[in-house]
Amino acid sequence: MCYKVGIDIGSTTLKCVVLDERGNILYKSYERHLSRVRQLTRDKFSELQELLKSHPLKVALTGSAALGVSEKSGLPFVQEVFATSGAARAYYPQTDAVIELGGEDAKIIFLQGTPEERMNSTCAGGTGSFIDQMAALLAVSLSELDELSLQHSCIYPIASRCGVFAKTDIQPLINQGARKEDLAASIFQAVVDQTIAGLAQGRPIEGNVLFLGGPLAFLKGLQQRFKETLHLDEKSAVFPALAPYFVALGAAVYADGLQKTYCYEELLQAMDTALKSPNETAGLEPLFLNEQEYERFCLRHQSADVPKADIRSYSGNAYLGIDAGSTTTKLVLITEDDRILYSHYCRNEGNPMQVVLEELQKIYAQLGLRIKIAGSAVTGYGEELMRGAFNVDIGIVETVAHYTAARYFNPDVSFIIDIGGQDMKCFHIRDHAIDSVLLNEACSSGCGSFIETFAGSMGYPIAEFARLGLFARHPVDLGTRCTVFMNSSVKQAQKDGAPVEDISAGLSLSVVKNALYKVIRVHSPEELGKNIVVQGGTFLNDSVLRSFEKELGVPVIRPVIAGLMGAYGAALIAKERMQNKQSGLIGEEELRHFRHESKPVVCRGCTNHCRLTINTFPGGRRFISGNKCERPVTGDQGSQLPNLYRYKLSLLENLPNYENRRGRIGLPFGLNFYELLPFWNTFFGELGFQPVISPPSTRGLYRSGQATIPSDTVCFPAKVMHGHIQYLVEQGVDIIFYPCMTYNLDEGMSDNCYNCPVVAYYPEVIKGNMKLPGQVRFLYPYISLGDLKFFARRMTGILQKHFPSLTRREVLAAAEKASRALQAFYEAVHAEGARAIRYARENGCRSIILAGRPYHADPLINHGIDNLISSLGFVVLSEDALEPMPEYQKLNVLNQWTYHARMYNAARRCLSMPDTELVQLVSFGCGIDAITTDEVRDILRSGKKLYTQIKMDEINNLGAVKIRLRSLLAAMEERAQEQEAAR
Amino acid sequence: MENNCLLPQASDTSEYGPHRVEFTPEMKATHTILVPMMLPIHFTMLCEIFRQEGYRVELLTTNHRGIVEEGLKSVHNDTCYPALLVIGQMMDALKSGKYDLDKTALLITQTGGGCRASNYLSLLRKALYNAGMGHIPVISINFSGLEKNSGFHISARALVKIAFAITYGDMLMWIANQCRTYEKTPGKTQQTVERWTRELTGQFHSLRFFFVRRNYRAILQDFAAIERVEKPRVPVGIVGEIYMKYAALGNNCLEDFLVSQGAEPVVSGVTDFVLYCIRNGVFDQKLYGTNKKAGLTWAVAGGYLLSRQKQIISAIREEGSFRAPTLFTELEKLVEGTIGTGAKMGEGWLLTSEMLELIHSGVGNIVCTQPFGCLPNHIVAKGMIRKIREAHPQANIVAVDYDPGATRINQENRIKLMLANAFRNAGIHPEEEAAEPARAAQPLADFLHAPEASPAAQQI
Repeated sequence: MCYKVGIDIGSTTLKCVVLDERGNILYKSYERHLSRVRQLTRDKFSELQELLKSHPLKVALTGSAALGVSEKSGLPFVQEVFATSGAARAYYPQTDAVIELGGEDAKIIFLQGTPEERMNSTCAGGTGSFIDQMAALLAVSLSELDELSLQHSCIYPIASRCGVFAKTDIQPLINQGARKEDLAASIFQAVVDQTIAGLAQGRPIEGNVLFLGGPLAFLKGLQQRFKETLHLDEKSAVFPALAPYFVALGAAVYADGLQKTYCYEELLQAMDTALKSPNETAGLEPLFLNEQEYERFCLRHQSADVPKADIRSYSGNAYLGIDAGSTTTKLVLITEDDRILYSHYCRNEGNPMQVVLEELQKIYAQLGLRIKIAGSAVTGYGEELMRGAFNVDIGIVETVAHYTAARYFNPDVSFIIDIGGQDMKCFHIRDHAIDSVLLNEACSSGCGSFIETFAGSMGYPIAEFARLGLFARHPVDLGTRCTVFMNSSVKQAQKDGAPVEDISAGLSLSVVKNALYKVIRVHSPEELGKNIVVQGGTFLNDSVLRSFEKELGVPVIRPVIAGLMGAYGAALIAKERMQNKQSGLIGEEELRHFRHESKPVVCRGCTNHCRLTINTFPGGRRFISGNKCERPVTGDQGSQLPNLYRYKLSLLENLPNYENRRGRIGLPFGLNFYELLPFWNTFFGELGFQPVISPPSTRGLYRSGQATIPSDTVCFPAKVMHGHIQYLVEQGVDIIFYPCMTYNLDEGMSDNCYNCPVVAYYPEVIKGNMKLPGQVRFLYPYISLGDLKFFARRMTGILQKHFPSLTRREVLAAAEKASRALQAFYEAVHAEGARAIRYARENGCRSIILAGRPYHADPLINHGIDNLISSLGFVVLSEDALEPMPEYQKLNVLNQWTYHARMYNAARRCLSMPDTELVQLVSFGCGIDAITTDEVRDILRSGKKLYTQIKMDEINNLGAVKIRLRSLLAAMEERAQEQEAAR
Repeated sequence: MENNCLLPQASDTSEYGPHRVEFTPEMKATHTILVPMMLPIHFTMLCEIFRQEGYRVELLTTNHRGIVEEGLKSVHNDTCYPALLVIGQMMDALKSGKYDLDKTALLITQTGGGCRASNYLSLLRKALYNAGMGHIPVISINFSGLEKNSGFHISARALVKIAFAITYGDMLMWIANQCRTYEKTPGKTQQTVERWTRELTGQFHSLRFFFVRRNYRAILQDFAAIERVEKPRVPVGIVGEIYMKYAALGNNCLEDFLVSQGAEPVVSGVTDFVLYCIRNGVFDQKLYGTNKKAGLTWAVAGGYLLSRQKQIISAIREEGSFRAPTLFTELEKLVEGTIGTGAKMGEGWLLTSEMLELIHSGVGNIVCTQPFGCLPNHIVAKGMIRKIREAHPQANIVAVDYDPGATRINQENRIKLMLANAFRNAGIHPEEEAAEPARAAQPLADFLHAPEASPAAQQI
């Protein structure tokens, strides 16, 4: 009469199943463990005393947090995926595949054919916590999200790889007024896509599919998305009632196969041993040693305050500042002498316009005739929307607003860091100008909302959770990576038995370390200067503030209005710039009749086909959002300023056509083809092949190859290659030619002339992971263009295998002609570069060297950044359009990649170019840029140039790009004014 | 000396960045050269060889979280994990107060290949510069003529010894891994490894190290004499980026973890990597018409190392207790049709072929280790797994990413899944294995702390 006990301890919940000797379920439970895993496991056993005590017992623990319990107690452990597949085999033997989504893990199991079990890699979204994050972003509960999704009418493409990416996709949609119903369904669809692309990695999910895990059990909308996408009917998609307990069931099934039996007392004993064993982590230093220290700390920070004025008694002019952030909206009204009359801070719940509307009404109600709003300014994400809606006088970039506010507290401020709910902004102040704007990116996303979400998942309100951390004795070390990594660090801590206090303090520390080491990349406190101002809602959390000071080892200023700094700065600017001017801010009367309409349209201005939202406001004001360039706004044909990116693309898109004599040869237009296309087009054209070139990437093209990408973390330009190959296959070409090229051409600017490993060998990945139809020959020889004669000889050998009639003489002649075509391309680009520089000089334009790699000319990869820069009035140069410096200079790094050598060269060139700054384009995941960025920055700094870096991935985050570019523009103007003044 | 290298504000000076400080002949007598750890057995012997050449060398055996912290502060966080650890380990040592910073030098390798590893040196210099220690000389060990130091030469005599040290190290590592999981007396294998490491280190003072056949025989006898329990063999191969594959600091003591789980780690030697580097010259010549001298280098150096590999293989076969490793030339053949041998950045085609070799020799369970975001491994490791599985459906491969934020629990959980399948495939119910309490083998690092390890160190 042996009973089997299976216990599944996941990252947030504990599940227990007891089976009798025939496999009937006698008991099952599901509860949150609030990270008290060992205690709760023991409690579970004592709770089941009646049921268990008179039977011999077999036990197995499973789940990520059970590992530690098992080690400490000596009770058997089984890996959870293994357990799941065991239970599936036993209870649902007809199953073909199992998909399980947990809080932070996603798993797929193929039971038929070659059995395969896979878990998400360390960098992956699409799990329960991703859905939680997104629900929080939409300000709805999970069940509301679910209900909403069932009423969707359309689905938007949303990146699901991680919350940060998804957020950047969703936020603009929210701000454009997309329906929550559609967003909810899109979020679920993103999870489905992630599961299929990231987990199944090209293996088809067919037959009977068993869906497991919390999200899939509870969310009907998610079930629906899976069924539709995988074309499953009611019978083949199985959502077992047991789903939440399934892994625990698996553990119990596994336990059945074990030899060892326990009696009830032995189980308790084992758990008691586990409870007694000490925590393994030594932990970090506590934040505060005692209450007194904390009091002193509080007192110090209370002194950084702004005086208030009473709105009921003040009379005179007032200035309004609005900070329309992505998740919160802040308003500040100040007096002529900078005192605060009124302030407001709230979450905008996805509707910032409504918040401002209501607040303005409240303000107007209190003004009477005593106070007149003499100026208004708006900053933040919703800047343009607010200007359109309420006719706010001035729009300013966030960085300038924050700097203005910080200067109020310390005129010599040297460094400002703002950590909000989801964003982090930091920048240096050099010579009273903003320099090096740093924003958090995909892998450095730990911000305020992360702590909040975590507190919630552990069952605490944020305020209490933060307070607990203040006096934690051994804060745990949680690492510094993105939230996904931190989540698993917390699991580790739970496994080690860390109490919630230590986890709370550890989270604060990790947010700070993430900011310092991932975003700012600080080497020593001196780099930030002596006058640091911290702001943003997250710094109102004393644990975070204390961690920041401790980690940096210097005191900082946290204004009491840390959360309102953007709005306060905007108000100060309104006051400064609106003296003797008439404010156009919407009046009280007009506000009463405020109406607004929004309608979605697709822009036909160019091939991007942006989804636009057109908002119409009273007085005929319009605001257009969703645009990548200014064309739909201004209505003209876009900027006519020279733009090397546009120029290069048009050259490559207009290569000569050739007739088909020997066959059609497909050339994928990606990675190094962005430079070598003139060569290959001529080479094969001359040999009698008809080159078929894939078009510049589009989202659809990318998606068509997405399922065959084996490595999540490779750069986006490489991922797009899968789509290009797919396109060529669909064109029915005879051959696809995509060579492996270890070496690039030697341009005399570097110590060596490698391609990066991905550019060099990506054809191997294509060959290994894409199934090409039998009639398509995929040629991917290892070649180099360095020695044309050698190339011709080798190429003849390769081609003759398939086309015996080709002769070496023919190949050599074609190669020489191709080489001249490539040379002509280089010369054309250089000539256009020279023309652009001349143009800028003659017309007094500022220029930006957009330094990336050739393939950054792909409009999908650069998201139209070149047009954006152009629309801000800059001439756009590219790194490869600048002549090599006359003499080669050794750098502080080994300069060994041809493409990257051009960036160093461009940086050196930039030093001697007036009114020109360099913006470096970096692909997310490009490891080589970890080396180049610091070096390019150092070169630029050595010549007192500003350094701006833009990291790009598949997500389109032009908002962040705009902040950087406008800050850059502001800094350039500031400098120009200073030089003027000096003269 | 304290004041001359304070961090200059970037805007104060028109020049930028660190300047190279050469390791001069005078420094040979005064400076202690710190060497980062990767392979304890090999590096212990190598350091001894450098001592015999008159250098004051110290191998860093530190292993604690502070190293990662130091690395995070010192290098760009998107840089690969090995750079972060290697540089973190050195910076941590320099800041420990143990060394006179005016009499310390650092040593680091540079392959000159197309991956980021060739830039570790530059990153280290930047880290030193940023920490106000820009005056510390950094020596590059490379065979591609990248950087030379007037005070640092590797003599022909040392080169020969190095070749021996590497092959001895490979053999000890290879055999020990076949004993550890099964030893009756816990720690016995490690003791034998340590004894032989000491013995061989000592042999480099005379010509005894030259008598390989005698040494091999004695080594094999010693290890064969370790009492082992009879239990089913579940071998698990470790492949990956070289630092992640070998260094316990990098892979969270992966070998020990596998042993504690009842599996047998299979870790091929570093000779293969050296041969791979030399061999690539020949491929360059074939594919691109460059590197005209490669054929000769391969014939001489490659031929020599190959003959040393053959000796080990035949010695192991002769003795009969252990499986022998595979000859490098076989690896080259195995990889044909899977990936081109032109793929030569990072571990390149060698990594793919190591996986194939494991599968062919019956080791279908593989942990493929890489730093998070490792560029070559997108191609040669993760990019090839599908192709390998198509040809060998039984292959049980798990790819594990390592980085400063990745937690051990996540890594171990994924490895455990691979192990669960490994045990099932081997027809073993894992209870007997898993129930065994986790037991950490004593790290070799501990014994290396003992000062008597090197008589030569005392002479200096």
